[in-house]
Amino acid sequence: MAPYRLRVNDRAVTVESWDPAQPLLYVLRNGLGLHGPKFGCGLGQCGTCTVLIDGTPVRSCITSVEHAAGHAITTLEGLGTPEQPDPVQAAFMAEQAAQCGYCTNGMILATKALLTQTPHPTREQVQQGFDGYLCRCGTHTRILHAVLRAAKA
Amino acid sequence: MQAIAVMSRREVLRTGGAVMVSFLFGVALPPRTRAQEPGPGAALGKPLTLKEVDSFLAVHADGSVTIYTSKVDVGTGLRLAMSQMVAEELGMSVERIAVVEGDTALTPDQGGTGGSTGIPRGAVEVRQAAATARQAILKLGAERLGCSAAELTLADGQVRPITGGPGIGIGALTEGKRLALQVDPKAPLQDPTRYTVVGQPLLRPDVPGKCTGQHLYVQDFTVPGMLHGRVIRPPAIGATLLAVDESSLRGIPEVRVVRRESFLGVVAPDEWAAVRAARALKATWSTWEGLPGSAGLDRSVHESAVERTETLVSRGDLAASLPAAVTQLAATYTWPFQSHASLGPSCAVADVRPEGTTVWTASQGPHALRRNLATIFGIPEDQLRVMFLESSGSYGTNGGDDAAADALLLSKTVGRPVRVQWTREDEHGWDPKGPPQVLALCGGLDADQRILGWDTQMWLPANVPGHRPFLAVDAAGMPQAHGRSAGQIAQNGDPPYAAAHVHVQVHWLKETPLRLSNLRAPGKIANVFAVESFTDELAAAAGADPVAFRLRGLTDPRAIDVLQRATEMLGWQARPSPNPHPAQDDGLAGRGVAYARYKQTENYVAMAMEVTVDPASGRIGVRRVTCAHDCGLVVNPDGLRNQIEGSILQTLSRTLHEEVTFDRARVTSVDWVSYPILTFPEVPAIAVALLDRPALPPFGAGEASTAPVAAALANAVFDATGARLRAVPFTPDRVKAAVAAHGGRGAPAQRTPDASRP
Repeated sequence: MAPYRLRVNDRAVTVESWDPAQPLLYVLRNGLGLHGPKFGCGLGQCGTCTVLIDGTPVRSCITSVEHAAGHAITTLEGLGTPEQPDPVQAAFMAEQAAQCGYCTNGMILATKALLTQTPHPTREQVQQGFDGYLCRCGTHTRILHAVLRAAKA
Repeated sequence: MQAIAVMSRREVLRTGGAVMVSFLFGVALPPRTRAQEPGPGAALGKPLTLKEVDSFLAVHADGSVTIYTSKVDVGTGLRLAMSQMVAEELGMSVERIAVVEGDTALTPDQGGTGGSTGIPRGAVEVRQAAATARQAILKLGAERLGCSAAELTLADGQVRPITGGPGIGIGALTEGKRLALQVDPKAPLQDPTRYTVVGQPLLRPDVPGKCTGQHLYVQDFTVPGMLHGRVIRPPAIGATLLAVDESSLRGIPEVRVVRRESFLGVVAPDEWAAVRAARALKATWSTWEGLPGSAGLDRSVHESAVERTETLVSRGDLAASLPAAVTQLAATYTWPFQSHASLGPSCAVADVRPEGTTVWTASQGPHALRRNLATIFGIPEDQLRVMFLESSGSYGTNGGDDAAADALLLSKTVGRPVRVQWTREDEHGWDPKGPPQVLALCGGLDADQRILGWDTQMWLPANVPGHRPFLAVDAAGMPQAHGRSAGQIAQNGDPPYAAAHVHVQVHWLKETPLRLSNLRAPGKIANVFAVESFTDELAAAAGADPVAFRLRGLTDPRAIDVLQRATEMLGWQARPSPNPHPAQDDGLAGRGVAYARYKQTENYVAMAMEVTVDPASGRIGVRRVTCAHDCGLVVNPDGLRNQIEGSILQTLSRTLHEEVTFDRARVTSVDWVSYPILTFPEVPAIAVALLDRPALPPFGAGEASTAPVAAALANAVFDATGARLRAVPFTPDRVKAAVAAHGGRGAPAQRTPDASRP
């Protein structure tokens, strides 16, 4: 077991892993009890496991704990709570931009990153920016509305 | 924000996994009762029959209410809609209502969640229990206030005089005791004209948790001492396990191999160890090549052995009428195997103990799952508790039930609680699939260009009675039922338009290459694709506007309403298809329409679409979709819109992209590259009109608006290009080939030889 130092949601933590290649996703979910990031494919194809590393959206299912060590990681839990949501989370709630909600983690973190780069995107820019994030329930139009609402907030 | 979810992990653990959803932070959950203590068995003493009010409802001493239902919310908003219906009958707010769903120890068996029955059966039954409770509570109030029940009403959680004045809280009246009443099927329901909660776009209680990482999914659920399990599936569906080399796991900590005949799994305290072990484990399997391969599947379906032929509709005299038709057409439509393709692979936790077994699952049918598992594993039903926890959307029976059997078998073998998480490849490769469908249609028009005769021939896999077999149980060589069902897949095969002579037959096929299950709107999307594409082909042959042609055959005002509304919303210009001036900057433009009455007896749905087609690339761009939807009473318009929007986009995905491929050995479409789904850049603008009928009963609305999508799209592509797409998915290669084959313009369905008349 080797220790890895991470900064997760503005908190310094040390996690142990027997394998430096262990994906960050398992460390966050099982080691730290952070269930915002979800296992979707393990292949980096769907976006459900997204976290922000130093502000950049990253697929935690294919990012090793060794690679993440020393960096600042933000998960969905780090943004806000049901009582005090982050403006992007609040926009998703207001638009009811979820059905099963399994993709919501990736969608909200992708929104955070997109709005940092492009504070006032067009609908088309959001559509292009979200190309790598899959939703199976077909909640896309509400997610687009939520992103545009968050941009106005 | 008035509705907020409360469903922390801690709470679920406290209630033994029964999902409690309350609607407001700060409002106490219903007090713990003995029934909510963790317990493996079913003998918790709570009534569960469909006849008793206490089976469905508990009125607590603090005036809050708990609903118990076997119908589960898989992201559809059912919990809230059901709560709204109960709130209306009991004169209270949804914030004081909690829902326990899909727990075999606590919820009555109202059947599984499927076929859009959550509202029309599940919620309607609970509503009747609430209406019965209302009368009992009014009576209690009358005794306490010394007046007649007719002078009282229920409002704001109180019984109070209709004329005003102080009331008594319903909890104070029932004192938290059971009502001990039979459900009265005649208990009067609230007058729809006075609804204050039903019909309101209240916000779903689960959404805040889903947006903050607080919502508990089955994938997040853990129990003390739990091991992580993975199952190693064979490289060919029918292969048997010959040898396992456990030395291949050297260096992976605390992993244990579980082998039972051809069932092969690993368990480990650390999840990543289980993942690594499942990948690393060297196993030798027999070769097996029993599949036909997915190439040419429509032909092999067509040529499969027929078990029996069933006539579904026989009206008039088709054989005599068709020769009299002035125009006669024939066309064949095909639909491929499709996967539920849940975004999160299936997961389940099982804990087999001497005193009783518990399974936590996202199954849409916890009670049926319990019956089946109990039989197979020899566990008395009252010693097996199955509890629903939400997962990634399932849209039918995905891999979830199989994951439950995996977990149970592993837990039973190793004597510890085991969580099984399927991989992406497991879910895409091994979920039971939606069936392939082939439909051959022919029909004729009379001299007035109306439908004279219509014939639909369907080729569908036959049902086999009994439970669907579990992968793990077959692999382990244990006996089990080998039932087969993909749901009510033969509905909507006849035209919803006036026609004197109609014949619909289904040829039930003996065999099908892959396991089947119900996949959203089973069978009906393909059937409506065929029927509504063919209607469009007849309209084109008649030189008629597709909307006008349909309206001529409709008399039901609700059908006419939705068709007119959806097409008005698109700005429909009456003219025949194809579009005489399709060329635009981004390709050829066209519009299409389709209409269906779901299951022939339920929702009325019409849909219109505007598309562009790039003939060079074969790419279809869907610009706009309009939908008019009449499901009778609308319980929650926002939840309903969410379902309709989702149905449209998911079915566009199925129509444009989705086909399960397989070789001789196994499914080969096993990830999001080999089984692509709709992506954000492809998402059209959607407008939905809800035609509310508050005085009519509610139909379920989780499926109906899927039905017209594929046909509306095919009809729009025909309008744009003159090429008719009759095989799903509409891949760029198929579009290019269809456009090229028809010279880019106006080729109708094949005119049958005997129709060549002057």
